[in-house]
Amino acid sequence: MGIPFFDRLKTGLWDENPGLVQLLGLCPLLAVTTTFVNGLGLGIATLAVLVTSNALVSATRRWIQPQIRIPIYVLIIASLVTCIELIFKAWFPDLDRSLGIFIPLIVTNCAIVARAEVFASRNSLGPSIVDGFVMGSGFALLLMVLGAFRELLGQGSLFAGLEMVLGGTAQRGLVIVDGGWLLAILPPGAFFSLALAIAAKNMFDRRREQARRIPDSATRQTR
Amino acid sequence: MPMSDVNVIKGGVTLAVIAAVCTALVALTFALTRDRIVANETAWLERNLQPALAGLFFDSGITESKLTVAAPHNLPGTDDASIYRVYAADAPVAALFVVSARDGYSGPIRLLVGIDVEGAITAVQVLEHRETPGLGDRVEAGKSDWVKQFAGRSLINPMPDGWAIKRDGGEFDQLTGASVTPRAIVNAVRETLLYFAANDASVFAADDLAAPAEGNAK
Repeated sequence: MGIPFFDRLKTGLWDENPGLVQLLGLCPLLAVTTTFVNGLGLGIATLAVLVTSNALVSATRRWIQPQIRIPIYVLIIASLVTCIELIFKAWFPDLDRSLGIFIPLIVTNCAIVARAEVFASRNSLGPSIVDGFVMGSGFALLLMVLGAFRELLGQGSLFAGLEMVLGGTAQRGLVIVDGGWLLAILPPGAFFSLALAIAAKNMFDRRREQARRIPDSATRQTR
Repeated sequence: MPMSDVNVIKGGVTLAVIAAVCTALVALTFALTRDRIVANETAWLERNLQPALAGLFFDSGITESKLTVAAPHNLPGTDDASIYRVYAADAPVAALFVVSARDGYSGPIRLLVGIDVEGAITAVQVLEHRETPGLGDRVEAGKSDWVKQFAGRSLINPMPDGWAIKRDGGEFDQLTGASVTPRAIVNAVRETLLYFAANDASVFAADDLAAPAEGNAK
């Protein structure tokens, strides 16, 4: 695999972002992104599961017959999610309480089984870990952006509850205005925010595509 | 042996080996995190019970004398309820009830209701809920002062007609845009007080409250 790390990173964060482009794992993505900190917490947990599951699937790929690969992926992912949940309960108990059922539900995040099937089962250990990292980062970043956006609109604050990750006393975060636009925190707000994010990405890509084409045609005309 | 049988056995063995490895991994993580998780849960409980004990003198550990009331019982909620009792020199000081209000806007609301030995409320605290953010969630102590209105209340303060939200003709404030949540909590608190009034002797004395006391059956 000769693809440089930064190109892989760009693929995971932008070109093939699991949430924005592949539209995978939308259930936790829509349900959890009510605040930045929730997005960060679930993002870290998903990232950790993706990296370790890609590593395990890749390391065992020689012994796994194709007929039983799916139950084995499920087994590996479910065990890793249980481990991550225990680790969260031990070291980030408040965050675990705030995310609730969505940590165990990482098992059902199809972004993870998709990476196992599409990438880790066909590539060696190193590239699989990198793939888990870049795809997990893309998902985590989207969770954080949506969380920050909805928190800002819905509660008028940013980074509230950061003590759940960093420790220390309870904080209200950066309060910009008191109260906010409730719809942003309710479920419809999740769909609107995701739609806006996808639209913004597509718009940006199209602009860039056009900007690349115009100089091309300009040079052709002068010839 | 035909080829397909060999494959089935190979597949079964692979699956078993990976299952064993995964189980070992989970077991190891569990063993490494168990002590911390138990400590976290006790700390969380003590932190949440603390508000109901402000200003009281007691010398027993808060979580030491836990009493589990198995469902079905006459407390609010359909699952098991817990009572944490605190004592000063073996004399009862207060009982902290952890109950659930069944009829919240979205699912049960877990409540802490602290009642002192005289039958007056020391504090009410919402422990867990799934109410609408921005509307019903203002029953959380961190988000508004709504739950503070329960302090000092008892079955005769207000009198039985007054144990309802203002919209229903009672004495308790509601929340703008949310009356289901406050109504559920007011009812649950009143039911807890009724249970305490009917069972106050056994609440502090018993080691186990399996059956509801006579005369209080619904």
